[in-house]
Amino acid sequence: MRLIDFLIRWSPLAILALAWEAAPRLGLINPQSLPPLSVVAVSLWQLAASGDLLTNGLQSLWRLVAGLGLAILIGVPLGAAMASNRIVNVIVAPIARALYPMPKSALIPVLLLWLGLGNASKITLIFLGCLLPVLMSAYNGVRGVEPVMLWSARSFGRGPLSVLFGVAVPAAMPELLAGIRSALALSFVLLVSSEFLMARDGLGYLISFLGDGGAYAPMFAAVIVVSSLGFAADRLFLGLMRRMLAWRG
Amino acid sequence: MSQIVFDAVRHGYRTKGRAEMVALSDVNLTVEQGEFVSLLGPSGCGKSTLLYLLGGFVPLQSGRILMEGKPVTGPGPDRGVVFQNFALFPWKTVRQNIAYGLERQGLTAQARTERVQQFIDMVQLRGFEDSFPSQLSGGMRQRVAIARTLAVDPRVLLMDEPFGALDAQTREIMHEELLAIMRRTPMTTIFVTHDVREAVYLSDRVAVMSSRPGRIKEVVTIDLGPRTGPDIMKSAKFNEYVEYLWSQVKTDAVKAMQ
Ligand SMILES: Nc1ncnc2c1ncn2[C@@H]1O[C@H](COP(=O)(O)OP(=O)(O)O)[C@@H](O)[C@H]1O
Ligand SMILES: [Mg+2]
Repeated sequence: MRLIDFLIRWSPLAILALAWEAAPRLGLINPQSLPPLSVVAVSLWQLAASGDLLTNGLQSLWRLVAGLGLAILIGVPLGAAMASNRIVNVIVAPIARALYPMPKSALIPVLLLWLGLGNASKITLIFLGCLLPVLMSAYNGVRGVEPVMLWSARSFGRGPLSVLFGVAVPAAMPELLAGIRSALALSFVLLVSSEFLMARDGLGYLISFLGDGGAYAPMFAAVIVVSSLGFAADRLFLGLMRRMLAWRG
Repeated sequence: MSQIVFDAVRHGYRTKGRAEMVALSDVNLTVEQGEFVSLLGPSGCGKSTLLYLLGGFVPLQSGRILMEGKPVTGPGPDRGVVFQNFALFPWKTVRQNIAYGLERQGLTAQARTERVQQFIDMVQLRGFEDSFPSQLSGGMRQRVAIARTLAVDPRVLLMDEPFGALDAQTREIMHEELLAIMRRTPMTTIFVTHDVREAVYLSDRVAVMSSRPGRIKEVVTIDLGPRTGPDIMKSAKFNEYVEYLWSQVKTDAVKAMQ
C-alpha cells in the first residue's frame, strides 16, 4: 500500500519529467529554448563537479539566512512589543502600515547605489522584505492571546517582559510560525531577483550569467537547484513547525 | 480586621461611542480568614469584574479594596486565581504548567520537583505529568489549573466559575475534590458561580448579586455543618437554602434575559 501511495504521489512529477525529455527530442519544442531533461541533468552534474554550484549556493544561502534571521530577530520582539505596549505601537504602527504595501523589489536600485554589489545589499533587501510579514504575524499573534492567560502569568508574580516573552510569544507561536514560513518563501524571491540585478555571485547571478551567455542547459540546471532548495527549505520548516506545535494535539 | 474588604466599589466600562455601562455599583463585602464565600448571580451581573478587581487585573475606579489591610494595586501571588477556561499554558506539559508559578520562589530545583509532584498527586494526575493540556479532558485541565494555583501557596483563592465548562458528572466529582482539598488545607476562597446548588453545597456564605447595575443584594449564611458527602443535598435544610436563593436570583435572571 505504501508503494502505491508513493507511486500515486510522485507520478505527476514523473510524467512532467518524461514530457520534458520527450518534447524537445520530438521537435515539439525548440531544443535551444528547452534542452531535454537528460542534457540538463548532465549539465547539473558538470556544474556540481566544477564547484560553481557549491560556492554560489553557499553565498546565496548565507544571504538568505542572514536576511531572514535578522528579520526574525528584530521583527518578533518589535511586533510583540507593538502588541503589548501603546507607546511602541504609536511609533511603529504608522511606519509598518506605510511600508507594508510597498513592493520591496523597488528598493533594488537604491540598495545597489548605497551598498554596492556585495552581501550587504542582498541581506538588507531580504531583511526589509521579510521584516514586515514577521512583525505583523508577531503583532497579530500576541494581540490575539487571551487576556486571562497573561493575567494568570502576572498573578504568579511575573513582570511585563517575562509575561511577554515567556507567555505571549509562545502562545502566539502558531500564527508567528505561519508568518515566518511565508517570509521564507518571500526571501527566495527577493534573493534570486536581487542576485539577477546586483551581484557577482550567488545562484541568481549564476542563472542570469549562464542565460546571458547562451548556456541554456546549465542555466536550467541552476534553476532546478534553486527551486529544489526553495522546496526543501519549506519542507524543513514545515517539519520544524510541526515539532514546535506538537502541543496542539 | 477582615482579610478581604470591598468598600463602596463602583466600576463602569466605557466602550467607544457608547454611554458608560455601570457593571458594579456600591459593592460592600467583607470576607474573613478561612471563609468560603460564593458570589452568586445571573450572567452579566458583574461577578467576574468584582473578582478581577480583587485580582488586580482590572484597575479600580472608585471605592476601596483591601487585602489584609493593604489596598490592591496589581496582581500578586498572594491571590491565586482559577479561571473558567483554565488559562493553562497549552505549550507546557502538566508538570511544566504546575512548575511555572514556583520558578520565581527561590526553591532549589529538587524542592521544586518534589512540590510539583506533591500537587500532581493531590489532584490525582499521576501518569499525566508529561501530557499537554490538549490531551486532557476538561475536568483534568481544571485540576491542573487548581494545582498550579495552589502550589504557590496563595493567601486566598479566587475562582471564576471554575466548573462552568464541565459536564454535570465531572462537576460533582470536582466539588468533592475541592471540598477534600479545603479540609486538608483550609483557605479563604471567593467562588464565582451562577449555579445555586453549587453555591449552597460549597459555601459558608453566599453573596447574592443583582444586575444592572451589579450590586450585592443579600448575604446568606449557609449553616449546614461540615460537608460529609453529597447526601447533604437530599436534606430539607439544603433544599430550603436552594429554594430561597433561587427565588432571590430568579427575578434578576429573568431581567437579564430580556
Ligand atoms: N471588557 C469589557 N468591556 C465592556 N464591557 C464589559 C467588559 N467586561 C464585562 N463587561 C460588561 O460588564 C457586565 C458585567 O460583566 P461580568 O463581570 O463579566 O459579569 P459576569 O461575570 O457576572 O457574567 C456585563 O454586562 C458585560 O457585558
Ligand atoms: Mg463571568
